[in-house]
Amino acid sequence: MFDRRLLTHFDWVLLGMICLVASIGIVNLYSATGSWETGGTPVYIKQIYWFGLGIAIALAVCVFDYRHLEYMGFFFYGVNVFLLVGVLLFGKTTMGATRWIDLGFFNLQPSEVMKIVIIITLACHFNRKGHAFGHNLKELLPPFSLLAVPVLLIMKQPDLGTAMLVVFIGMTIALFSGIQKLTFIVLSVLGVAGACGGWFLLHDYQRERIYTFLNPERDPLGSGYHIIQSKIAVGSGGFWGKGFMKGTQSQLSFLPERHTDFAFSVFAEEWGFVGSMGLLALYLLIIIWGLYIARRAADKFGMFLALGVVAMLFWHIVVNLGMVIGLLPVVGVPLPLFSYGGTSMVTTMIGVGLLLNVSMRRFKF
Amino acid sequence: MGLNSGWSGTPGLKNRFLIISLAATGIFLLLLMRLWYLQIISADAYLQLSEKNRLRYVPIEAPRGSIYDRDGALLVDNRPAFGVSILRQDVEDTNDLLTALSGYLGEDLATLQERYAKGKRLPPYRPLPLAEDIGRDRMEMVQENAQDLPGVLTVVRPTRAYPYQESAAHVLGYLGEITEQQLRSPEFYGYRTGDFVGKSGLEKHLEPYLRGREGERRLEVDVRGKLLRNIQTRDPFPGNRVYLTLKKDLQLAAEAAFGDQAGAAVMLDVHTGEVLAMVSRPSFNPAAFASGITAEEWIHLLKDPRHPLQNKAIKGQYPPGSTFKIVTALAALKAGLITPSTVVDCKGSLEIGDREFRCWKKEGHGKTNLKKALKESCDVWFYQIAQDVGIDRISEEAMALGLGQSLGIDLEGEKDGLIPTREWKRKRFGTRWYDGETVIASIGQGYVLTTPLQLAVMTAAVANGGTVYRPQVVKKIVDLAGNVLVENTPQVLEDNPIDKKNLQAVKAGLEAAVNEPGGTAWSRRLEKIKVAGKTGTAQVVKLKDKDSKDNDEGKIPYKFRDHALFVAYAPADNPEVAVAVVVEHGSHGGSVAAPVAMAMIANYFGVDVEPQADKVPYAGD
Repeated sequence: MFDRRLLTHFDWVLLGMICLVASIGIVNLYSATGSWETGGTPVYIKQIYWFGLGIAIALAVCVFDYRHLEYMGFFFYGVNVFLLVGVLLFGKTTMGATRWIDLGFFNLQPSEVMKIVIIITLACHFNRKGHAFGHNLKELLPPFSLLAVPVLLIMKQPDLGTAMLVVFIGMTIALFSGIQKLTFIVLSVLGVAGACGGWFLLHDYQRERIYTFLNPERDPLGSGYHIIQSKIAVGSGGFWGKGFMKGTQSQLSFLPERHTDFAFSVFAEEWGFVGSMGLLALYLLIIIWGLYIARRAADKFGMFLALGVVAMLFWHIVVNLGMVIGLLPVVGVPLPLFSYGGTSMVTTMIGVGLLLNVSMRRFKF
Repeated sequence: MGLNSGWSGTPGLKNRFLIISLAATGIFLLLLMRLWYLQIISADAYLQLSEKNRLRYVPIEAPRGSIYDRDGALLVDNRPAFGVSILRQDVEDTNDLLTALSGYLGEDLATLQERYAKGKRLPPYRPLPLAEDIGRDRMEMVQENAQDLPGVLTVVRPTRAYPYQESAAHVLGYLGEITEQQLRSPEFYGYRTGDFVGKSGLEKHLEPYLRGREGERRLEVDVRGKLLRNIQTRDPFPGNRVYLTLKKDLQLAAEAAFGDQAGAAVMLDVHTGEVLAMVSRPSFNPAAFASGITAEEWIHLLKDPRHPLQNKAIKGQYPPGSTFKIVTALAALKAGLITPSTVVDCKGSLEIGDREFRCWKKEGHGKTNLKKALKESCDVWFYQIAQDVGIDRISEEAMALGLGQSLGIDLEGEKDGLIPTREWKRKRFGTRWYDGETVIASIGQGYVLTTPLQLAVMTAAVANGGTVYRPQVVKKIVDLAGNVLVENTPQVLEDNPIDKKNLQAVKAGLEAAVNEPGGTAWSRRLEKIKVAGKTGTAQVVKLKDKDSKDNDEGKIPYKFRDHALFVAYAPADNPEVAVAVVVEHGSHGGSVAAPVAMAMIANYFGVDVEPQADKVPYAGD
């Protein structure tokens, strides 16, 4: 039943690069949390478990033909939107945000799942309705509506970072599917106007983050602290870095959130510009390789699927790095494969599984 | 649909992939440029910021420079003061610890708790001072039990020590905590709250030389300020050594001779202006200030009516009394208005206008010339000649001899004294000068005020023939490597050579006062050293119908009694030293001030003060 030819076409290059980045990430976590006196399993060991689970999930995702998803895309979408509504009704509230549904053994975060589901959903949509000559406003209305419903629900939680990422993923797929020039201009104008209008819908803490991003020094011990300390960590790494386990910013705890959102700062401090550049190159290779998979996909659906996953990885990387090096405001976006966290690992590895799936089925049989 | 057919064949798709790849690469390049900016262009600045995050500097106090006398005898040193501090992060149970410490330190638990609470505002890496100067025994007890006292540190702080206690305390000065105001002034740049600085005397005047360069411990701390390790220590560098012009043994002898009396004494080298001894009584023990004086002790010192903190040698202003007659005599001789043989018949008083001016000797001195006038301190002789000399000539002579102006001694707070002139009086009171005022000024009363230091300088100028040297107490300042930073040489302030004949005439009178029977200090002369001097009595208040007998001790209250003065130089024929002594409310110069001066001269020349067999009872002013 399992075609042996699929194994010959398995994308070892992608899996190799993914494993390499994840390994660097685990070594980095070892350094970031080495000084912690914690009972129980050390963070980097837990991350190894998560990565193991992630590999298993990715392989599981490879097993069935991705084309089956085409028939289930809208079903997934419906369930996910239902769950997002559920979150708002009976979600678990921590730190002012309601993001999780407690399933007893597991905290489900439907907004995170939405990142994958929106890819599948839009892939389905553009596979059926898409054409190569550029869409007009009317044609774009259905996909934008598909995007808007979950995004508004996620913003309500509130989780601006995830909502933004879902928008970025959706827009990337839409843009790639082709948009007429005039439509693009109109949309851009509407987008800018919407952003201005959205300013008033933001929560105070979200606005605070943007103020702080624009001028971190206005509150160096409060909301500006993260970004200042992160820039100090990255900058003080210099060209060669301070050496493994020798980053004073991270080892002496000046850097907050250093095992999650600011894991890259630890890496940049200890490995310097050389290390940062290497890691950046690896991520870029994964992105380019993902685009190459999309380019070679056997069908339109596979191409959009691969492209969506690439967009998801790309925007996570860019938003996270932009944040830790002070180019973007602080939004809680993890760096894929690098930041500690099960949810992020699982989402990323589902995406990787989809890429592998599309890649190994690039030839029609 | 064939292999790779359909969508992938769409025209322009290849371009879209190219564009999207380039866009992704472009955004990554943007990130890389930012990293370049942070990690290469701004790396140094960020490295400094990260070092600032993790490094803390804790100063180590430097010992202040030691002070020696002219022969290298130690006058001020430092001793180790042991204290107990607490590194809060290592404390397991604060209450247990403080309870245990209260036993070892012999202090109330409540007191320790209060200090602990107060010290909590210090960052965690800074040891919290709990007890200071606890003594070696208690320190050893704490150290022996260190195992059971986690977080306790014994610390050693250099603290001022004074081997001779109160001796020369006014010259040396005392320390105190730096004030808020001083901290703000640029002069005290680099000082911190809690630092000790010189508050008076040389400690104040030589602060920049005496203060050492503090050392520093570099500590690594984490984000909570917890001390992780000691990275580097720079040892403190002690302050410079200061050598004074004082002679320790002479200083001690002078102080011993003073006994419980209040007043001041200064001895100078007549050829250099170097201060060989400077005494101000009563004194205080500067050690009490070394580690912070209590408010009680401080108020006690401030309220003492005899002003133990004041250096009377430079800040006390006294009427010079009859010691001023030296000035009047020189002024008269210089003006050519008298000769040494000018005779005045003293009948015990002199009427000028409608006022009667009395001589201290009721029955009068009879026919008196200059020598006798100085020897027996006849007032009438001076009343008589002063009317011709006039205040201006007297003032001019006084100033030429160093009176009426601060002399620039290297101690803070020197007073000017006062030599009145017509001009001064017009400005001060808006009235003209009266002849009667000249008459009382001629015997050093009225407006005339001098400091003991000025009297010593004046005497030295007479002794050396008219040169006024700047009085100095610092001989040299030497750094630890032995380099001489400051070396004081004699400085001439005024050089008005006195006519030989005039000088001779005055000196003869001064020699007679000590060495001839009937002289006011005859009873205090030294056998082996020929001393020349002049006694003086300075009125504190005018008593009506004052009688010499009424002025005896016991009959009038202490604070209204006259000051006793004595100025002298020795040896009379070839003067080396000059001395001035003021005993507050000591009544008579000859009987009270002269013994102190003689004891100093005897000590300087290494001779004994023999008890005088032919001591006559009190003789005059």
